[in-house]
Amino acid sequence: MASTVGADFTTPGASKGLFSIFDHRYLLRRIIRKDMLVRYRGSVLGWIWSYVKPAMQFVVYYLAVGIFLRANGGMEAFPIYLFSGLVLINFFNEAFANATASLIGNAELIKKIYMPREIFPVASTIIAIINFLPQVIILLIVCVFVGWHPSLLALLAILVAIVIVGVLATGLGMLFGAINVSFRDSQNFVELILMIAAWGSPIIYQTSALDAFAPWVTVVYFLNPITPAVELMHYGFWSAVLHDSTPGDPLIGFTWYTLVAAVAAFVVLVIGQFVFRRLEGRFAQDL
Amino acid sequence: MPRTSDRTPLDATPGDADLVIRARNVSKSFVLHHTHTLKETVVSFFRGKTLTTTFEALADVTFDVHGGESVAILGYNGSGKSTLLSMVAGVMQPDSGSIGVRGRVAPLLQVGGGFHPDLTGRENVYLNGAILGMSRAEIQERYESIVDFAEIREFMDTEVKHYSSGMFVRLAFAIAIHIEHDVLLADEVLAVGDERFQQKCFAKIQELKAAGKTIFMVSHALDNIPKFCDRGILISNHRIAFDGPIDDAIAAMRAL
Repeated sequence: MASTVGADFTTPGASKGLFSIFDHRYLLRRIIRKDMLVRYRGSVLGWIWSYVKPAMQFVVYYLAVGIFLRANGGMEAFPIYLFSGLVLINFFNEAFANATASLIGNAELIKKIYMPREIFPVASTIIAIINFLPQVIILLIVCVFVGWHPSLLALLAILVAIVIVGVLATGLGMLFGAINVSFRDSQNFVELILMIAAWGSPIIYQTSALDAFAPWVTVVYFLNPITPAVELMHYGFWSAVLHDSTPGDPLIGFTWYTLVAAVAAFVVLVIGQFVFRRLEGRFAQDL
Repeated sequence: MPRTSDRTPLDATPGDADLVIRARNVSKSFVLHHTHTLKETVVSFFRGKTLTTTFEALADVTFDVHGGESVAILGYNGSGKSTLLSMVAGVMQPDSGSIGVRGRVAPLLQVGGGFHPDLTGRENVYLNGAILGMSRAEIQERYESIVDFAEIREFMDTEVKHYSSGMFVRLAFAIAIHIEHDVLLADEVLAVGDERFQQKCFAKIQELKAAGKTIFMVSHALDNIPKFCDRGILISNHRIAFDGPIDDAIAAMRAL
């Protein structure tokens, strides 16, 4: 009459961390779907907002920065330069901020039911990617009109930029999200980091603005993993619409920085996972 | 007060082959933080002042649960019984000692805890099923049965926020009870809704018991427990004070 349990004893709540998410991929899908379904509930325009908001943000930045402040410096296709960096930083902001808040947002579940808790920050990043796609579509449409002629390398650069930022945001989100459970100061740190990330990378200005400073400033500047990722976006979208010059080769200028950024992003992910696992035992009681 | 041994597990005849929950010398303390800000933590660190107090929730708890048993954890508020349930569910980890489970452990969520009010009943069945560890195929296979059990077929495409509280708990219970499991964990939620639905819940639990499923629950409703459970573990003062037949366990609790 006993149930058909033949397996060995398992320890409740033991998990393989991020790797456990693969076993729970259906739950991950459902969590993402829930967010998609709930996002624009009760709104008339619904998903159109996903396009309207980045489009307006772009117009505002373009008028304020490009026209009034003349930050474009006579640059060709400045709007595309601006927007390709902007969408990436939007992606980073949303993934990082939501991943940090995801544990507190799901406190009721975490306190009651066991599941690999990494699923919440990871879901936040994937949702951010989904919201990032409409912005990329707008960017692509504009690029195609202007005359986009991407090389294979340019497409690869875009992909690498997205991977670097996605991995970095997930790692940081796990790190700060786990700390946030016990210390709500964490959220405020995240806001500071987001602000620094937005202005400390070449979104509205060009990296040539750093030429006025000592060379080490440029080195430090490029060690911010977001900066090479933004430059990769510029290479993929902006350089590929320029008429006159041959597109700048990302493999000459900042190949090492790209490598450093990729490694740094994965190191942050490993650190995030490590800290997450150390603090995880306290989630249910501290939330 | 009758007191079985704290150390040795119940001398159960079927042997260890059909053990489904095995707790050995489990202890758990909580560190209560009196602050959630980093500033105060840093300040107190430099002043050598402590901002935390530790209290013991469970001390040296050892027991075995065999397949097919139905066990109630009894005890007054703050005795540590919910902590014990949380550790068996894997939500919390013991400080020392070990807990092992065998087979598929299905936590019975606090009724509707994983429900999203803005999703339809149908969406919530899939979301909640996934939260409770079901695969897509399992949910699809059981969907009709869940809807039938909850008796709200015509409302499945209505957002849950428009449900009456009765409809809400019926659907939540129906999902939880349809999980493929070997061990069912429950926190006071084995019978919900009006009297007729409670009868149905009760019949379903009996059906699960007859099928050899294990039930491990926490409850305050002393009058109701004997309907569900055969064995009681009384926790008092963070230790097991009694472990034996449910009626004796209830008597022991009332005598505390």
